[in-house]
Amino acid sequence: MRINDVILRTVVRFVVFIILTLAIYLFFAGHYSPGGGFIGGLVIASAFVLLYVTFDIEKVKKGIPVDFKKVAALGVFLAVGTGFGSVLFGVDFLTQAAKKFHIPLLGEKELGTVMLFELGVALTVVGVVMTIIVSIAEGDGD
Amino acid sequence: MTNLMAMPLVLPILMAVLLIFLRNYRYVQRVLVVVTLLVMIGMSIVLLQHVHTDGILRLDFGGWQPPFGILFVADPFAVLLVLIATIVTLFCMVYAFSSFSARYERMFAYPLMLLMLAGVNGSFLTGDIFNLFVCFEVMLLASYALIALGGRTEQLRESLKYVITNIIASWLFLVAIAFLYGTIGTLNMAHIAQRVQEVGSDPLITTIALFFLIVFALKGGLLLFFWLPGSYSVPPVPIAAMFGALLTKVGMYAIIRTFTLMFTAQPEITHQLITIMAIITLIAGSLGALAYRDIRQIAAFNVIIGVGFVLLALGANNEAAYAGAIYYMMHDMVGKAMLFLICGTMIYLTKQERYDDMSGLIRHYPLFGWMFLVVMVSLTGMPPFSGFVGKVMMGEGLVASGSYVSLAIGFGASVIILYSLLRVMLHAIFGETMIADEDKVKLPKPMLLSIVVLGAVSLYLGTSAEMVLPYVTDAARVLADPSIYIEAILGK
Repeated sequence: MRINDVILRTVVRFVVFIILTLAIYLFFAGHYSPGGGFIGGLVIASAFVLLYVTFDIEKVKKGIPVDFKKVAALGVFLAVGTGFGSVLFGVDFLTQAAKKFHIPLLGEKELGTVMLFELGVALTVVGVVMTIIVSIAEGDGD
Repeated sequence: MTNLMAMPLVLPILMAVLLIFLRNYRYVQRVLVVVTLLVMIGMSIVLLQHVHTDGILRLDFGGWQPPFGILFVADPFAVLLVLIATIVTLFCMVYAFSSFSARYERMFAYPLMLLMLAGVNGSFLTGDIFNLFVCFEVMLLASYALIALGGRTEQLRESLKYVITNIIASWLFLVAIAFLYGTIGTLNMAHIAQRVQEVGSDPLITTIALFFLIVFALKGGLLLFFWLPGSYSVPPVPIAAMFGALLTKVGMYAIIRTFTLMFTAQPEITHQLITIMAIITLIAGSLGALAYRDIRQIAAFNVIIGVGFVLLALGANNEAAYAGAIYYMMHDMVGKAMLFLICGTMIYLTKQERYDDMSGLIRHYPLFGWMFLVVMVSLTGMPPFSGFVGKVMMGEGLVASGSYVSLAIGFGASVIILYSLLRVMLHAIFGETMIADEDKVKLPKPMLLSIVVLGAVSLYLGTSAEMVLPYVTDAARVLADPSIYIEAILGK
């Protein structure tokens, strides 16, 4: 039996982008205000899950051809790796630095190494959440 | 320099991640694992030397000063355990190279073992009680995966018990931390110790201390060890060896750390209770070791006896007993890893699990047979092996504090260990062989090598006590006098 889900499909096409935009906003808002890599990653994962719910697994896999286990691993690598930056500069492990830059169009913005750490966290969250959900949905894969 | 302290936690995590990308390159994985662990052993030795000369070190993550930030504390006790844990892991890995099937190696067994080591090392080094919880979880999550990896029926059955027990324990841990934070208002262990000292003997804090005791007793197998013999006997041999050698030690470390540093106000309640629990653990462990014929169960109950013996030190509560406990813990890690590896190898060679179904292994595998003698003598605590030094010092400590009951039961348990293993030795190692020459299973060299090297480490700890002892007494001094620890963290 095929259910008629044309409304869902149409809405999701737009909503996914809104969710991803929100995720990016939350990601950059982090550190000094509510948000950050963990929340951003969860929101990104929720967008992906919505795609999986709406379209079938094969189609989404064709669209996002990544192994989420490796995404998670890459995330951990990045997060732990930023710790080594502080080792190179001879300060305590995981010390972060931030500096104000003038970026054309955006104006005065503060860029910090903590963003790289948060990116690692976000990738880990996306990778882990998607691995869990997809492997439950697929039954026994691999 | 202080960044060196983060390496026992960070290096294995980083390498575990790298190995995930190298999933299909088995030999590259093996080389990387060995190199990482060797580097970590080197770093731990440097760190130990450094702590010995300069006193307790601390690393404030991200530069946040205590008591606000999360920190790692390298005191001699923690660093000694990190060193031994890494050595033991190295040889369990070497053993694993020849016993894991290709499928296992591709199922992320090595990365998980490294992550477990990271959690163990983190738990030893951390100076923040919430971070201790996090490191416990890192270790436990890896162990959940390792215990179920392979998916045999009995593995799934035991892993379910193991996971549920540990989740409940973790939940209690979190509740206990919340109570503590609500009462004292800090999570830094040195700061907690300081504030508890200011408050004095407060019944509320004693209650919280008992909460922590339940949690760590569940994790360390003190009295609440009902889950232990089952779950330690189902995973593949090298993983079981790591479990037996490392996991209970973390619980024991946490008990010793919290009850020497933080909860010292009412020893007549807390320390007395720990002593009683330790004595019951010793008796129950001895009964178990005598009751079973399955050698994996015998090994698991030997782990429980070890837990009881070490924690007798808290009842004595003096420097000699702590020195004995530390020495015995180091010995126990090596000895238990060796025992599990040997028992696993016996099952591998004979395809039998009960010792009365085996016979005459020494005829075909002479060196292996002698190694069983070594582990038996070592675990019983006879010179020249490592158990002896720890037991002597523990005995001195117990006599000094007048705890003769603990003394009698602790040393009585040694006799039981000897008897339980001697039975296995007489039946399985000696006697007429039942295996014809042509049916003989070849014993791979790396398996034998790792067992022999662990035996050598035990011999080294026993014969070179003069070299190891300065570090151990350093560590014991910190345990006996918590103000050294508090001053090192909050004084600077």
